[in-house]
Amino acid sequence: MENNKSEKPSSPFLAGLRDGVPIALGYFAVAFSLGIAARSAGLTAFQGFFASVLCVASAGEYALFTLIGAGATYLEVALLTLITNARYFLMSCALSQRISPNMKTCHRYLIGAVVTDEIFGITIARPGYVEPSYNYGAIAVSVPAWAVGTALGILMGNLLPLRVVSALSVALYGMFLAIIIPPAKKSLAVALCVVLGFACSWLCGAVDALAAISPGTRTILLTVLLSGAAALVFPVKEAGEDAQ
Amino acid sequence: MRNNYLYILIAFAVIYLIRVLPLTLIRRPIRSRFIRSFLFYVPYVTLAVMTFPAIVAATSSPIAGVAALVVGVAAALLGGSLLTVAGACCAVVFLLELILL
Repeated sequence: MENNKSEKPSSPFLAGLRDGVPIALGYFAVAFSLGIAARSAGLTAFQGFFASVLCVASAGEYALFTLIGAGATYLEVALLTLITNARYFLMSCALSQRISPNMKTCHRYLIGAVVTDEIFGITIARPGYVEPSYNYGAIAVSVPAWAVGTALGILMGNLLPLRVVSALSVALYGMFLAIIIPPAKKSLAVALCVVLGFACSWLCGAVDALAAISPGTRTILLTVLLSGAAALVFPVKEAGEDAQ
Repeated sequence: MRNNYLYILIAFAVIYLIRVLPLTLIRRPIRSRFIRSFLFYVPYVTLAVMTFPAIVAATSSPIAGVAALVVGVAAALLGGSLLTVAGACCAVVFLLELILL
């Protein structure tokens, strides 16, 4: 890549801060929505903040809060967390191919902790080896927005007018759609996964015999069944890069 | 009564291992084509399952929830960023519920 450097901030940390700002704004809105879900599950603002600082995961935390609200078992939490965050495993695998063999192990443990859809996206979009300080810049601005947004959602969920809460509560699902729809546009197999996911999820709630299965277990079962079927019918192309 | 902090720490431990193991211990690419394909499809199925019908139940009016789904899909198809798509969903719910409720 021969991009002109003149308009870019001189240090990777500042570049990370700059690229993290739009992400932080989106995170704040979505985290607020997540906080509303956490509040109805009975979490305190500090617990929400704590969960968001540690996990930094939209779907993962949403699943966690839903399970806490339902009084699920610890095993269900571990399994559903594994399923809802499996995509980060893929992203970290892709990221590992772009890490210098000389990068210190401590950096690997730190940047690995905050592999999210968006931060992974901006990291992988940069040429060459991953620069840890770029990630630290993006993390420094986006993670506080995520954690504070969650806490504020919990605190203010009952102060805001009901219609505002109702509107904000869909921000989280909007974020999910922003993740799944663009790849579905490019790949028929992904589009089928999304449509069948919608349909099966609705069916499970509508059919009495299936409604007895807890929502967490339902998500696990549907994910394993549908992804397994898709992997058999539409195996991905050989060798790395296409898997994103 | 279960402990909320223990729930959070269990979730954190699982997420952290998922994210960090590929960068630390597992430094080779995954060989099995089935496992790679399976992992590739997992996020789309999971997020789809968690989005619908939950989005319809999240709003005061189910019609507004359906509209948020339609608008969110359309905004994402048109290439909207995370902020645009989430914002469009919120806006349509707010406006529709002004009329409906």
